[in-house]
Amino acid sequence: MSEALLSVRNLSKSYGALKVTQDVSIDVAEGQIHAIIGPNGAGKTTLISQLSGQLRSNAGQVVYAGEDITRLDMAARVRRGLARSFQLTTLLPGFSALENVALAVQARAGSSFRFFRPAATETALNDEAMTHLASTGLADRASRMAGSLSHGEKRQLELAVALATRPRLLLLDEPLAGTGHDEAARLVDLFAALKSRVTMVLIEHDMDAVFALADKVSVLVYGQIVVTGTPADVRADPKVRAAYLGEEAA
Amino acid sequence: MTDLSHIHAAAAPRTRLAGRLKLALGVFAIMAVVPPVAQALDEPFVVVIATRMMIFAIAALSLDLILGYGALVSFGHAAYLGFGAYAVAILSRAGMDDLLIQILAAMAASAVFALVTGAISLRTRGVYFIMITLAFGQMAFFFFVSFSTLGGDDGVALAARSTIAGMPLLQDAQGMFYATLILLIAVFAGLYRLTLSRFGRVLTGTRESALRMEAIGFRPFPYQLTAYVIAGCLCSVAGVLLANQAIYVSPAYMSWHRAGELIVMLVLGGVGSLTGAMIGGLVTIALEEGLARYSEHWRLGFGMILILVALFSPGGLSGLLRRLGLVRDGK
Repeated sequence: MSEALLSVRNLSKSYGALKVTQDVSIDVAEGQIHAIIGPNGAGKTTLISQLSGQLRSNAGQVVYAGEDITRLDMAARVRRGLARSFQLTTLLPGFSALENVALAVQARAGSSFRFFRPAATETALNDEAMTHLASTGLADRASRMAGSLSHGEKRQLELAVALATRPRLLLLDEPLAGTGHDEAARLVDLFAALKSRVTMVLIEHDMDAVFALADKVSVLVYGQIVVTGTPADVRADPKVRAAYLGEEAA
Repeated sequence: MTDLSHIHAAAAPRTRLAGRLKLALGVFAIMAVVPPVAQALDEPFVVVIATRMMIFAIAALSLDLILGYGALVSFGHAAYLGFGAYAVAILSRAGMDDLLIQILAAMAASAVFALVTGAISLRTRGVYFIMITLAFGQMAFFFFVSFSTLGGDDGVALAARSTIAGMPLLQDAQGMFYATLILLIAVFAGLYRLTLSRFGRVLTGTRESALRMEAIGFRPFPYQLTAYVIAGCLCSVAGVLLANQAIYVSPAYMSWHRAGELIVMLVLGGVGSLTGAMIGGLVTIALEEGLARYSEHWRLGFGMILILVALFSPGGLSGLLRRLGLVRDGK
């Protein structure tokens, strides 16, 4: 493996005496899906928040595309192509689905210090937003308010917004949580299709999806990476079986 | 091809927007006929009251940009009324009576004050933002209270109203009225376009979720600060008009009571639709003048009305009109 797209070194986050993540080191190669699994409370969402820039780390380093981005905020990381989706949906409820995505397109398409022309009349924004809605299966929901969409549709919209930032690396925080069987299957197909264009770090509880999609799997337990390897290696690892898969089997 | 129909369906302005625009146009139409009707009824003082109503509607509109669209509750917005009023007082003493020059000067002073105080205030959130804007507003208030050459606490009378291109168009009540109406329409139209623009979307999006905005690459601060400056500049226009209407300037225009009253106007009319803020400004002053005629304890009656609106119509009067079906709800 040559240079990793994302290289995380000894990343830690603690709140007082509580160490949520400790000495996390992972390398994510371009074009791969790297899954991070672990029991509830293992610190997976905290880790994603550290990688996305939402949370400041107490120690460690994040190198993305050869650049040390440890001190950059979320907006700066997004502009470099490092986007995330949220586990708890973070959409703009009073905006239509199309407007939610169009705003993400607007963020990197020219200045937003434009005060006169209604943004809704900018066909370039709407057209691109529409392609992202279509690719996530929401074409017929474009004019619905985001707040009035079903839970599964909100998950799809969350992804459409993330894609509209044109990410090179996408951090997905439980993208399948709460989706129905069909919606989940559609999203899994979508991630598989995206893989050629976008590198992904995936947190997910749906083990079928993880083992179907991931090239590499890291297991996070009590804030520490226990093992990293191919899905087959991880499945066979006795520590993992004890810490995680064993619990499910029991 | 099917995709295109969706784009146009979503891109078309929502009927909710059209509804509030229609309501605003109706208000402008009614205001436009106030002077001839007042003359016919031989009630000339109505024109003076209606002018005052529109002046505060401008102030309320400017506050709605930051409070309604930006969720930034400023308790120091009355300071800009003062900057507008004192720009008239100071410039007319220096012999510059032109309304446009006075407005530009008021806006420039307001922009500087808003830029500095906004940059500091916007580092805080929630109740701290309210308190820090109040503190800056009070600093501006006490600055003019101690400005003894301009009357200090007592304020100062102006020699005459401003001129427009050398002509004394504001001298009579009707001229003053129509100049105010034109500026009200201009401010409303400008803000209406602004709230639909790219900039407006970023501001509104930040109100709904700052986290989401950062996650798509926006830093809210420069947009919020710009809105804060624009709101201050537009409010100073109301201050310029207020000084002209009263032919008198005093620090009372910028007291914290006044700042609170501007917030009350928004609550009464409904925040975040512009039309609601405008109606709130008009109705608050109308009630003030109307109730004061019956009792010096008119604030009691006004308080009751406010409580009823807050309890039974959270969307304010404009929300009430929508619910009663008088304005079509697009949702």
